[in-house]
Amino acid sequence: MLRNGIKETIFLEKAKRETTRVGFGEGLLLAGEKNRQVVALSADLCESTQVEKFKVCFPESYIEVGVAEQNLIGVAAGLAHLGKIPFASSYAIFSPGRTWEQIRTTICYNNQNVKIVGSHGGLTVGPDGATHQALEDIALMRVLPNMTVLSPCDYLEARRLTYLASQWEGPIYIRLNREKTPLITTLDTNCKIGQAETFWAPENKQKATVAILATGPIIYKALIAAKELLKEGIEVEVINFSTIKPLDENTLIRIGENIGRVVTIEDHQKMGGFGSAVSEFYSQYLPIPIEILGVNDQFGQSGAAEELLEYYGLGAKDVIAAVKRILNR
Amino acid sequence: MPLPSKDQIKELKNLCTKIRIEIIQMLLAAGSGHTAGPLGSVEEFVGLYFGGSVKYDTANPLAENRDIIVVSCGHYAPAYYATLAYAGFFPIDKLKELRSFRSLLQGHPHRGDLPGVETTSGPLGEGLSQAVGIALAIKMNHKKNHVFCLMSDGEQDEGNTWEAILLANKYHLDNLVAIIDRNNIQVSGTTEKVLPLDDLAAKYKAFGWEVIEIDGNDLKTVIHTLYKAKNFKIGPIVIIAKTIPGYGVKFMENKSEWHGKAPNAKEAERAIKLLSE
Repeated sequence: MLRNGIKETIFLEKAKRETTRVGFGEGLLLAGEKNRQVVALSADLCESTQVEKFKVCFPESYIEVGVAEQNLIGVAAGLAHLGKIPFASSYAIFSPGRTWEQIRTTICYNNQNVKIVGSHGGLTVGPDGATHQALEDIALMRVLPNMTVLSPCDYLEARRLTYLASQWEGPIYIRLNREKTPLITTLDTNCKIGQAETFWAPENKQKATVAILATGPIIYKALIAAKELLKEGIEVEVINFSTIKPLDENTLIRIGENIGRVVTIEDHQKMGGFGSAVSEFYSQYLPIPIEILGVNDQFGQSGAAEELLEYYGLGAKDVIAAVKRILNR
Repeated sequence: MPLPSKDQIKELKNLCTKIRIEIIQMLLAAGSGHTAGPLGSVEEFVGLYFGGSVKYDTANPLAENRDIIVVSCGHYAPAYYATLAYAGFFPIDKLKELRSFRSLLQGHPHRGDLPGVETTSGPLGEGLSQAVGIALAIKMNHKKNHVFCLMSDGEQDEGNTWEAILLANKYHLDNLVAIIDRNNIQVSGTTEKVLPLDDLAAKYKAFGWEVIEIDGNDLKTVIHTLYKAKNFKIGPIVIIAKTIPGYGVKFMENKSEWHGKAPNAKEAERAIKLLSE
């Protein structure tokens, strides 16, 4: 059953959808209203990354750097040096894609309070094709010391995490998506940086035989899978990891000890991503069987988001298959 | 702070020599590092920290009303550290710890380690971006402080630098002064052979900057030009300071092989002798 304030209506065909980008734009506006030190930077994509609303309300705290992502990061680091709280946004493939070393040196090693916002993460970018589908950004960001990595699962979580990020001291990467995705969370859902949250669990939590750990909007596939599996009498727990780094190790320990079988899913390369992070933890401290669902060392291509997710093995049926596989291991 | 008098400039010239000797000793002790660039840039560092144009407080290195010096060319660390020590940011005897384990004097400067070091640098072409961000923050805060950014000429190869040059012009950053140590050498040879930069002044002018070209080893000129640049009120300004790499040590001067290596004991002895003459 759904937990944590999440309602059955998410499974309706006409369930409301919105992008995490829009959630970010609104969260940024809220952050600006609460704290005038918040500054937004854009690299010629302010409409697309939803910084537009902030720009209109706080023109004096908005900087347009042009199509110059390396400078975007350096300027943000400079602003933070004097106490500003910059949100530097672009498409994930350009930043942190192109800007990795600038982020490493001027933000992480410098330990500047900059929030890097990478929109258009994952295959769900769709028709723009492989050049614009960031499948490596989680890996790039999570290897950097001082960096916190966030990947909200829906519009509301993106809005709340953006606001929380503005109050969090230190570098943060926020991964966003292009497509409208189902509104899953509600204001009753817990949302805290560094804390994983259970979205689905059996009535008697002890009965779960597999835990599905997800990050980003793709958790929706895991929830559909959980519902389908229940029809077959298979009880699972679905947990949302909106923070990929630092990993919520307490939750991982609870799952490892009580459930002992884990499937992870992410719209990102398998290598170096969220599943990889989970495996690093379990393989060292609590060895249990794990199935990682992600893109398998390939580039994406043009297509509709749903088509692509299915083609690359990230549909609800793939989650169901992985759960069954791991039960047989 | 008033500009230094004739006598004070004479004293500061002696300080330049002291710092050059310090650089040689630091590099000898470290066993690695860059020699030519730091030696050639000493007048720029002394001009910045002792010339009277830059406001700072060694007792409170993060004072809100300070001017900010961004050293973009992190490989100039020996000259940078020696100048900071002589300016009083930390004890001079720390200088011998350059590049050693657990030292605050990292091979390339790290923000937060040494008092006076504003930004981390080493990877080239990132300092001007940060200086632009700092200048923008000062403007947003309606403050009057200035930002000075020292770059090497090799850094002008970086696209990142030109992105920052464009943005500084866009926002008319009249609180930003860039200084380029134009010594014409980089790791693989002369700048004009590796990737031609000339006419560098024309390039900056075309990008909307005010340009002043000077002899960067003439301390008095450096000091006076920094003062002039600070008081330029129209937009960003760059001082292209032509310097001799390895300045003061004849056998190192203008030799790109001295760009990225440290002297051995014999060479150091010879260098110090030449500098002391």
